[in-house]
Formats: sequence, C-alpha cells, structure tokens
Amino acid sequence: MTFIGNKSDLRVVGTRPVRPDGVDKVTGRAVYGADATMPGQIIGKVLRSPHPHARIISIDTSKAEKLPGVKGVITSADIPNIPSEEAFVGEGPMNFRDLSLNCMARDKVLYEGHVVAAVAAINDAVADAALKLIDVKYEVLPHVIDVEEAMAPGAPILHDTLFTAGVTPKPTTPSNVAKQVRFTIGDVEAGFKQADVIVEQTYTTAPVHQAYIEPHACVAAIAADGQVLITASSQGHFMIRAYTAKLLGIDIANIRVTNAEIGGGFGGKTVVYLEPLAVALSKKSGRPVKMTMTREDVFRGTGPTSGGTIWVKVGATKDGKITAAQTVIKLQAGAFPGSPINPALMCAFAMYDLANVDTLGYDVVSNRPKVAAYRAPGAPISSFAAESAIDDLARKLGMDPIELRLKNAAKQGSKTVYGVTHGVIGYEEVLNAAKAHPHWTAPLGKNQGRGLATGFWFNIGGESTGGVFINEDGTASVVTGSPDIGGSRASMAMMAAEVLGIPYEKVRAVIPDTASIGFTHVTGGSRVTYATGMAVTQAAQAVVEDLKKRAAMIWDISPEAVEWKDGEAVPAGANAGGFDPLPLAAIALKAAKTGGPIGSEISVNAQGAGPGFGAHICDVEVDPETGHTTILRYTAVQDVGRAIHPAYVEGQIQGGAVQGIGWALNEEYIYNKKGHMDNAGFLDYRIPVASDLPMIEAVLVEVPNTRHPFGVRGVGEVPIVPPMAAVRNAIRGALDLELFHLPMSPPRVRAAVDAAKAPKAAE
Amino acid sequence: MPTVVISGSSCRDFTHGESEFEVAATTFRQLVRELEQRFPGLGEHVEEYMAVAIDGVIYQDAYHAPLKPNSEIVLIPKIGAG
Amino acid sequence: MSKIHVETTINGEPMEFLANPGESLLDALRNTLNLTGTKEGCGSGDCGACTVIIDGRMTCSCLVLAVEAGGHEITTIEGIAQGDTLHPIQQKFLENAALQCGFCTPGFIVATKALLDKNPNPTETEIRFWLAGNLCRCTGYDKIVRAVQDAAAEMRGG
Repeated sequence: MTFIGNKSDLRVVGTRPVRPDGVDKVTGRAVYGADATMPGQIIGKVLRSPHPHARIISIDTSKAEKLPGVKGVITSADIPNIPSEEAFVGEGPMNFRDLSLNCMARDKVLYEGHVVAAVAAINDAVADAALKLIDVKYEVLPHVIDVEEAMAPGAPILHDTLFTAGVTPKPTTPSNVAKQVRFTIGDVEAGFKQADVIVEQTYTTAPVHQAYIEPHACVAAIAADGQVLITASSQGHFMIRAYTAKLLGIDIANIRVTNAEIGGGFGGKTVVYLEPLAVALSKKSGRPVKMTMTREDVFRGTGPTSGGTIWVKVGATKDGKITAAQTVIKLQAGAFPGSPINPALMCAFAMYDLANVDTLGYDVVSNRPKVAAYRAPGAPISSFAAESAIDDLARKLGMDPIELRLKNAAKQGSKTVYGVTHGVIGYEEVLNAAKAHPHWTAPLGKNQGRGLATGFWFNIGGESTGGVFINEDGTASVVTGSPDIGGSRASMAMMAAEVLGIPYEKVRAVIPDTASIGFTHVTGGSRVTYATGMAVTQAAQAVVEDLKKRAAMIWDISPEAVEWKDGEAVPAGANAGGFDPLPLAAIALKAAKTGGPIGSEISVNAQGAGPGFGAHICDVEVDPETGHTTILRYTAVQDVGRAIHPAYVEGQIQGGAVQGIGWALNEEYIYNKKGHMDNAGFLDYRIPVASDLPMIEAVLVEVPNTRHPFGVRGVGEVPIVPPMAAVRNAIRGALDLELFHLPMSPPRVRAAVDAAKAPKAAE
Repeated sequence: MPTVVISGSSCRDFTHGESEFEVAATTFRQLVRELEQRFPGLGEHVEEYMAVAIDGVIYQDAYHAPLKPNSEIVLIPKIGAG
Repeated sequence: MSKIHVETTINGEPMEFLANPGESLLDALRNTLNLTGTKEGCGSGDCGACTVIIDGRMTCSCLVLAVEAGGHEITTIEGIAQGDTLHPIQQKFLENAALQCGFCTPGFIVATKALLDKNPNPTETEIRFWLAGNLCRCTGYDKIVRAVQDAAAEMRGG
C-alpha cells in the first residue's frame, strides 16, 4: 500500500468542504427512520412489562385481536425459539438467543420495559387501545438492580442457565456473574513493594444512555413470496439484515434493507429492537408495518451502557515512576450478559508504560435493560477511576499531572496489560501539546479548578465495501455500505477526489441498500474513515490505473508511458510522445471505445487500525452553596492520525467531550424501590444543553497511521474517555473535594463540601 | 520461532496458566491448528473469539497476516464497536 | 370522534386539513401534511426537534394541538429557504459543519430564525440560552453557536 498522506501534496484532504448530504439536512428533506413510509402501511406498537422481574404465566390476546382495526397481534409464540448461539458479530460477543429474548420476552421478563407482545393496527389510537386489551398474567419475582447486590449470595437469579465463566472449578450453581476475566503483566505485589506512595480508592459510575435525539424507527414488509423490505435508521443496514434473518429464520437473500438517515447512534443503534417485530407483524397482518419508539421506550427498552464499581490501586516511587497498577471492575450488563468488561480492563492503564499491572473484571446481569455499545465501550468507566487515581497520585507526589504522565507515558515499544506492544502512537505528542497549550497555564479564580485526564481507545477496522464509478461527463460517484452518521459521505468523496485529482464538487457519495453494494460492517468503532476510506481509496486507485490504460489506448502508446497528474493523463516523459494532457472528462467521453464503463468496487477487511489517545483540560467553577459545577473552559487534544475533513473531526471530539461532561455531571438511570426507572425522559434524564457549556476547543495532533493510505486513525471514541476524570480532577482542584462517584450532581458535590468541612469543625 | 503471549484469563484457562511459549507456525491457520493440538479447545476459542496482535498490529481476522520467525503473537479479545 | 376542519397558513401558503381533537400539530404536520422536516425526539417539549414558529413565536409543535393552529401563521423548516436559495442560517450551518447526524438541525435552524428575527446581534450567552431548549447530542454545540454567530453577522451586513 502506498502512503499518500504527505500533507504538502494534498489538495482536497485536510480542507473543509460542505457535506454532500448537507442541503437535505438543513432544509428538512432528508428522510430519517420515522419519515420513511411504504404504501398501505399500518402502525405497530409494543406492550412492555411493568415489572422488573416476573414469570409470564399467560398472555391472552383474544380481546385485542377482536378490536376493529387490529390487523395482528404477536407474542413470543410468533418468534422462532432459537437456540443459544454465541458469535462475535462486530460490536462484541453476541448470543442470538439473548438478542431474540431481548426483542420479545419468552418465559420471563427481566426488566421494566421488556417487550411481551406487539400489535399492528390501522392507526395509533387503535394500536394503543389494543395494547390495553392484552391480558398478561405475571408471577412477580424478587428483582435486583445494583451490581454489588446482584453479586451477593442469595441475590435473585435472573437466568437458571447462567454459570460464571472463567473460574475453576466450573461452578455448579447459577449466578448473576456471567464471566470473570483477568489481564496481568509483571508482578503487582512486587511493584507495590517498590512504591514510596500508594493511592487506593473505590469509584462508581452510573449507567448512562447514548441519548441520540432520534428514537428508533423502521418500516418493514414481507411479501407472499417471503421477500422482505425494511427501511430503518441504524448504524448498519447489513447488521439489520443479518440479525433479522437470524432471529426470524429468513434467508439473507430475501431481505433488502435501505438505510434511512440516522439521527445519532453512538453505539446504541448497532443492534435490533424493532425490525424483527415489524417483519413478524407484517407477516401476521399482510401489510407493511411502521414502528417508532417514543423517548420513554428508548430509555426503558434500549441502550444504555454499563454502570460499575471500580477499585483502583496505583503505586509510585518518590520521583514519580509508577511501579504497579491494579484494578477490580464490576460492570452491570443489564438483563443479559455482555458488558464491555474486556475493553474496560484493557484500556484502564493503556496510556502508561508499566511493568506490573493486574486487572480483574466481572460481567454481571441485573434487572435493567440489556446494555448496548456506547462510544469506546468500557473505557470511559475504567478510565474515570484510573485517571482520577493518577491525579491523586500526582497530588500526593507534589508533581505536575502532565509531568507524571509524561514520565510514565506509553510509547512505541511499550507493553500493555493485554500483552500487545504499542506501535507508532501519539500519546507523548498529545501530552506535550496539552502542556504547551495556553489553557494549561491560564490563571484561575476563586472556587475554580483545573483538571486533566487522558484516554485511550483501540479503534477498529473490519469489513467494508467502497466503489468509485466515473460518469460519462467525467464526474464521479462514490458508493459505500457505511451509513453516514456524522459527515462520512464528505470524507469518502474527499479521499476519492484526492486520488482522482478532480475537484471535490465533481464527486458525489451515496449509500445504497444492502442488495446494491458489498457487505459493510456497522458505522461504529471509529472504523468508517479508516476501513471504508481504505476501500474507497483503493477503488479510486484502481480507477486511476484503468484511466491510464484508457489514455494509453487513445494515444496508442504503452500504459507504462502514462502518468496520472492532477486529474489528467500525461505522457510519462519526452520519450512517451508529445501528447497534450487528457483530462478525466475526455477519457470518460471515450469510455465505450476503450472498453466500456469505468469503475471499481473494492471490499476489504481492514486490519491494524491505529489506536488513538486524547488529553482533556477542563476548568470548572464550583458553587459551594448549591454544589453546582459550571464548565468554564475546555480543551481536548487528540492524535487523529490524519484529519480528512478537520471540521468533522473536531466535531467528533467536541461532541464526545460534551457527552462525557454529561456523564460526569448529570446523567444517570434512577431506579426506585420497585425496580422502575424514575427518569425516562429528557426532562429528568438531563443531557447537556447549550447554556451549560463554553466553546470546546479541539486540538488536532497528527501522528499518521502508517497502515492507512492517508494516515487516518479513528477519532470518534477516544474523546468520550477522558472527560469524567478531567471534570472530577477539576472539581477536586477547585475546592479540594473528595469525589469518587458519578454523576457529580449538585447534591453529591454539596455533600462532599459538607464532608470536607466536617473534620475541620471537629478540630 | 514466533512467540505466543497470553495475558488474559480466557485463554490461560486453556493453557493451565502458561502465558508465553514458542510455536512452529508460519501462518495463522497453522498457529490455530498448533494451539488446538497443544491445548485442546484453545484453537477454536482463538478462531471464534480472539483477535491477535502480531508485532503490535491488531488483526481481528488474521488469515492473511504474515508470521515472521521472530514474531510476537498476542492473543487478545476481539474489540467491539461503539 | 369526528375530525375537525382546520384552516391555517403554513410557510406562507393557505392550508386546510382534518385533525383529530387530540392530535398534536407535530403529528398533523408530519403525518397529514407530509412535512416531515419537523422531527419528533421526545413528544414532551424537552428536546426542541419539533420547533416551529407560530405567529413569530418559537414553539414546540408537539405541545400544540393541531386544531389550535387554525387561523395562525406557521413556519416550519420547509419554509426557511427561498426556493432554491438557502437562508443564511442554513448556509452557515453547512459551512461551519454545525450538524453531524442532522436530526436536531431543523429545530435548531427554526429556533435560530426566531432568535435572529427578534435579536439580530445576540451575544454568545444569549444564543446559548435561547437554544437551551434544543438538544443536540452530536456536536457539543460549539459549531452550532458559531454558525448562529456567523449567520447573524451576515444578516446584519446584508
């Protein structure tokens, strides 16, 4: 692979053009999930369990079925009872039986909001009335919400078939602990013996929702011949196709999925909730079925990411060399196994070059919605604790937090706890950029504090398809299988334009349906610009090779005697002949004579996505009376490899940072004693609003990833890793408060203020 | 000969704690077969659930990955997406 | 229950439609009039994705009954551009990359229009508080606020 990312040679990459789908999105023309329709469609709605844990004794749908206007009612009896089957399907290990049971409960409901039945009716009102006529008899069971309580002896057991994996001897009694995992290098006991200073603390984080503004929506139809059409908003229409096929036992060739525009996902739209139900309802009713979640549905039935308990211990010598780091993490998986415990353990200390690290983790089920991926799954949780501990260590040592990190920084050749030796990485560059930024040394006022924290994420590559087709007039069409969630059409068109040597405006990027392009894995894992970008770049390079051949044919010279320069074929040298340059449009015009249409579609399984690092600096002012924290200034530095469209890269960093600020200060699932979520709406589940925030300065450090033709590293996930500790360390700096639990909401901060005062009063 | 490194408990359960050993494999498929032979179940586990890092580069799917005589092959869980 | 006949003006054009008594203006716009640019993010007035302007006032259309629209002038996202000429607010949102997924964008643009019609030269704080009822989960608001500042400057200059 040729590296073409030398900055001085680039004309299109690194500029900030308007995105191809922009006008549709500022004028209301863009079609999102809930905007899509099919002729003759009816409405599908679900009935959710009011209990967090109960056995389903019976479901009587007869009254609902008789209601005029009702076209079909389904329960688990209408969904194939598929066996347990583990597979790694991209966003993590997945058990398809669990996925099926999460879409529609079978024998037991496992969380408040678990779907037990669904209806299809001619309109909303009839569907709502029908839901009320479904009679479900439950045997209510004791429930458990908290992770520690779920692990305790005697806790209500969610699954009789769940035995803790990863312990020897194999357990003989079922447990809510699905898995125990451990990563170790060196000898932490020996490491702690060398330490002069040790910090040790337990932290907790709350489950938070991805909180995309667009609720899940789809419309689906199955015809008499078994062919299925689905239009849905998701992070991957190939994912919708695969999971719907698996859950309903349909051949993949019989399902065609069109991706609607997607109104945010952040990992939460990498699984199915509605689509299999919509197809099953369509089968029952003989009509296309449209399903749309309410916001309350989204909170109660989808996402969130895990909350957890994280114990951390870090030791260092007097001069700041970290000798050992250890963590024990317990993560809530929700109703089915699958918390991001592995990456949580792997990322906690990946920023550091450490000889002795021990990380132990537990994946724990409880009566909450099954967690879904959320930006850098797991890393923000463990990093909150680890980066808080590193900050406390710096205080104890009397060292500058950046100096302490630089002293222990991971670099090329550093070994991680999961065994991998880092390649070319930009962590030191990121730390130095943070240190050099004026923000780091700006003066602070009363009740104000500054915090710094850093973060790591692997980034992934994976399967992608990209095509570049030259149109008759010399313009180009770019097709990919990656839903555009944040401007990726622009970066795809830019990479193609760069390679073809034509203006960005002459390239249009579109995302066709699953039958019209090769398989492409979900838009997630910070993989699209890397992996799909690689496919598009390779397709454009193949087109250029073909264009050179076509020019050679027109000039009647050897293809080796043709070069491609700035969108034109030129003779390679004086010996090649004295031809005038042949622009792409002139070659396109003669395509029929030189061999037919010009284009290339390339499928890749991209490996070696370069990891990313970020360092965030946060200034806060804390009101000691109310406990309210105001974010005064925020700077996020990140190694992005190479920014294709810097404005959208900055946008990823700014957006990720603000999601982290919400996670730090406001957001949490609040459960009452009955196991019901008390804040299933945007009024009480408070995500950051414009007036909560200052400008977020994104600083792009570019240490190119040599595995990508333009040097791209994924950028979407790293920025959500540092904010929680950055905010926490800033609050600590402002009022010297001991804060260990998220969110750091006003009551918590106020309590910490009181606790800080208490010992003084006693003196 | 390439060296296999295991840091996570999910693979160590198959190797009874052994965390670093040499293999004769020159391709990923040979590696999987050799692992399966030496530690029954490990080859299949690696095939289904593990990624490998070869000399620091992570491969989620490694059939094409080159193994050099002195390569360091680290077995790690596959990384998901957010 | 029978539907009610509603006569109103939407984006400068007279409009008639039938609405159920309990139907929201949002549902009538989206489902009856096929104006799907106005989005539903919550249905409870917390997210601002359904923002429209009614007689010059910024309003969540999910909190207004369709029948209440009778006799009023309503502006939706579809009425912001003049033909194929984008409004400066739309242009500046594009140039500043002030949208990622774009779902909240119609609400933000309509809300910004209502702001700049009233206050052509808002401070950053005024912009942030005016837009506090519009949720965006993608951008962190930075580029949105800059787009509004740019649009205001352009509109004052023009």
